[in-house]
Amino acid sequence: MDFVRKWVQALFFLITNGYWNFPLTRGIYQGPLKVICSPGLNCYSCPAATTYCPLGALQQLLSGVRLALGNGQIYIGLYVISAMGILGSFVGRMVCGWACPFGLFQELLYKIPSPKFGIWPILRYVKYALLLFMVILLPLFAVDAFDMGAPWFCKYVCPAGTLEAGIPLLIMQPGLRGNLGLLFFNKIFFLLLFVGWAVVASRPFCRTACPLGAFYALFSKIKLVKLRLDSEKCTHCEACHAVCPMGVRFNESPDDMECISCLACSKVCSVNAISLEVGGIALTKERPVPLAELHPVKSHD
Amino acid sequence: MAEKRKEQIRRAPFVAIFVFFVLGAVAISFGEPSRVLEQATQICLSCIGIG
Repeated sequence: MDFVRKWVQALFFLITNGYWNFPLTRGIYQGPLKVICSPGLNCYSCPAATTYCPLGALQQLLSGVRLALGNGQIYIGLYVISAMGILGSFVGRMVCGWACPFGLFQELLYKIPSPKFGIWPILRYVKYALLLFMVILLPLFAVDAFDMGAPWFCKYVCPAGTLEAGIPLLIMQPGLRGNLGLLFFNKIFFLLLFVGWAVVASRPFCRTACPLGAFYALFSKIKLVKLRLDSEKCTHCEACHAVCPMGVRFNESPDDMECISCLACSKVCSVNAISLEVGGIALTKERPVPLAELHPVKSHD
Repeated sequence: MAEKRKEQIRRAPFVAIFVFFVLGAVAISFGEPSRVLEQATQICLSCIGIG
């Protein structure tokens, strides 16, 4: 299944970054496909991007909401929230595991041989604060003299934007290099931080700082496609703990907001207690489990 | 003897999907997609740390 997932990740990477004419145009794609929402984090200023990034678009709309309303235009982010909400209601954070280019990038970095470390669980809440403050409240309320806000998360943090758009555009358009300043080096700092961290820890950006993952996580209990634990079969062997790239203890919290439905846990579950369900109906065909595995006999040695 | 669990369809995801589709329809009626397209086809220099 991991093989299939890698191909799906690669496919989404190519679909959302399918404008291969950019070396000739030295600009970004400007066609009609950019009205479509990218499911994962994929900067729309990336020269190859064919879709819009929901986080970037939402911040842009919220930062200009006063001007838009003043002009009688009701541009309050409903279109973007609707797209994110539909994706979240269908698959939630499965997007992170199967369709996010930056998630794929971190997975590849984690394959580099090095000492591996865990991530302090409390850091998972940072991304919810980033979603609330840097994606919603600050773009909406921290406005300048012209009633314009700023896309705070994109401007000060987003490492995907620096990697996919900032660096390629600086290479392609030398004229932009004169504008480099503290802001860019701040962004480079965050990019290097998360790249280095992703080598030694699994998916650190997804787990601690991604506001898009935080939004999708809100749908963990109600999403249509999710993993299900059969508590009668589970022997609490904890094999699922060791393989989870997000640090989820699946047998203890099957609706965990961190779960990206990558199916790594179901692959290692020897009693087949973890299955994929759609709207309450099991999707994966269950293998018969020997009775001895359901009720293991403890040795008294 | 193991009793086969009766599977029930969950309604919550369908309600959520419907609500967000309605939101999207409202947004389209306001013309918001054209604004999103306009923004997404321009390089956001401040977003990528250059401006």
